[in-house]
Amino acid sequence: MNLQKTNPALYYIQRVLFYLLVLVIAVYLLFPFLWAVLTSFRRAGDLFLPPLQFITAPSTLSNYTQVFANASFQRGLIFSLIVAVASVLISLLFGSFAAYALGRFRFRGKAMILYIILAVSVFPQIAVLGGLFTLVQATGLFNNPVALIFSYLIFTIPFTVWVLTSFVRDIPGELEEAALVDGASPLQTLFRVLFPVMMPALVTTGLLAFINAWNEYLFALTFTSSNRTVPVVIANYSGASQYDQPWGPIMAASIVVTVPLIILVLVFQRNIVSGLTAGAVKG
Amino acid sequence: MTTNATPTSAAPTRRRGIEAARARQAIWLLLPTLIALAVVAGYPLYRTIFYSLYDANLTSPDQRTFLGLGNFWFTTDGVGTGFLQDPKWWTAVKNTLLFTVVSVFLETVFGMIIALVVNSAFRGRAFLRTAMLVPWAIPTVVSAQMWAYMYNDSFGLVGRGILGGQALLANTDTAIWALIAVDVWKTTSFMALLILAGLQSLPGDMYEAADMDGASKWTQFWRLTLPLLRPALLVALVFRSLDALRVFDIMYVMLGPVNAAQTSMTGYARQALIDNQLLGVGSAVAVAIFLIIMVIVVIYVTAFRVRFD
Repeated sequence: MNLQKTNPALYYIQRVLFYLLVLVIAVYLLFPFLWAVLTSFRRAGDLFLPPLQFITAPSTLSNYTQVFANASFQRGLIFSLIVAVASVLISLLFGSFAAYALGRFRFRGKAMILYIILAVSVFPQIAVLGGLFTLVQATGLFNNPVALIFSYLIFTIPFTVWVLTSFVRDIPGELEEAALVDGASPLQTLFRVLFPVMMPALVTTGLLAFINAWNEYLFALTFTSSNRTVPVVIANYSGASQYDQPWGPIMAASIVVTVPLIILVLVFQRNIVSGLTAGAVKG
Repeated sequence: MTTNATPTSAAPTRRRGIEAARARQAIWLLLPTLIALAVVAGYPLYRTIFYSLYDANLTSPDQRTFLGLGNFWFTTDGVGTGFLQDPKWWTAVKNTLLFTVVSVFLETVFGMIIALVVNSAFRGRAFLRTAMLVPWAIPTVVSAQMWAYMYNDSFGLVGRGILGGQALLANTDTAIWALIAVDVWKTTSFMALLILAGLQSLPGDMYEAADMDGASKWTQFWRLTLPLLRPALLVALVFRSLDALRVFDIMYVMLGPVNAAQTSMTGYARQALIDNQLLGVGSAVAVAIFLIIMVIVVIYVTAFRVRFD
């Protein structure tokens, strides 16, 4: 217990080893990203340099100017934003209705519905890819962001329902009872009484669902041809020839789509951890 | 209650009336979600199962002929045309299972180590806790490109620097290990977050008692921490395994469509379905993947008695 006093040498060896482990973990977690950041500020000709010279090579913003001038990347950013925001708003609206019912009402078949929603959230997306594709084709929505907005509901809705239900359960019942006694309808109760209390939960859940929608690749790759979202643009970013991968611009584009997420995640750190654990551990 | 002068005989019926009204309201509240899930999940799943029994092309799904299980197994003139007779499918299954088992195992071990470190008190703890969120927040496609660059044989820190110009991703046998490393990097911190949340809910007084009894930290970990963490750990394991089984992005971005079809089941299904436009075969593969994942869920739930409530 008090090793510091009984055996100082062993104590300091332990401390040093522990901090070494901390250092290894920090480098492991951050280094690949930092290396990508560094690459995004290097000229194409400097990518061949050995690591030490690469690190000290002059910085340039040319990769970023090139990426922002790229029309498909610009469109990708806009499409990604539209698709992610729309599917998150729809699933927050539907999800909060469902969470209110599942967290506060008693009715037959509730456990069944919860299990169906859980089952959909572990669903392999490939199982619906063919069916959705024929549906998208039949409705003329191929290459239309609307197709992505709807298909993303398959993972944003189960997630929002599941996490919001666990939040709704924790809200004290007196609030709602008071509203009911005053003759408020369930929708009034939900919007006037529960929504304000649920705000932090809605923000967290919305943010996590947004990250999932922003990062989605399989549906975006399959249901669009020219109206691509940013993950598809980045995966297909090509240079002059097939063998000439423009790593500088690819890294710059990667940083551009990642930094907003990292900032959001750092700002809402506490909520995110609680949201994730509500979704996975409790869920 | 007595001063309210409510007739006692009327109370139960009124309560039943309120309950029935509440149940009806609940159905209305659930309706948008249920309709949305039916449209985006239920109906497409039905279509996939339906087309798995037909010979159909993606460009004209309406011109189809019934095959029964022919997409799965069919032999004409000694040549097998069902996907279950295709060695590439079995390579994809083998690689996906290898990928899942190894990466989930490593993620759990590393995640546990990181969670235990972050759970102890030291200077820089807040920083490390924040750093944990970075790999998790990075889009999978971005992390795949980042690592493809690091593995690159003429530019990459790993490919050129450590391996001296070996193209790790060119051969699917070595590539699968490189892909596992990417997945482990990307999701270890997620695992660590979940385990950390579990650790922080453990009662501290048990450890004080164990300290008093002279149990070493090692014994405490195996006898106290691990058994108490079991429920949280199992749920995290189930979710991670199911995620890893449907892996697609990493393979497709880092290896391209052709090699992705031999390293990921989803990649194989997508190649048949979209690239080759074989709606029937592609749907059959998708059904097979769906069944494999369902079987694994059932095994997990029954063998470990994972509870989700």
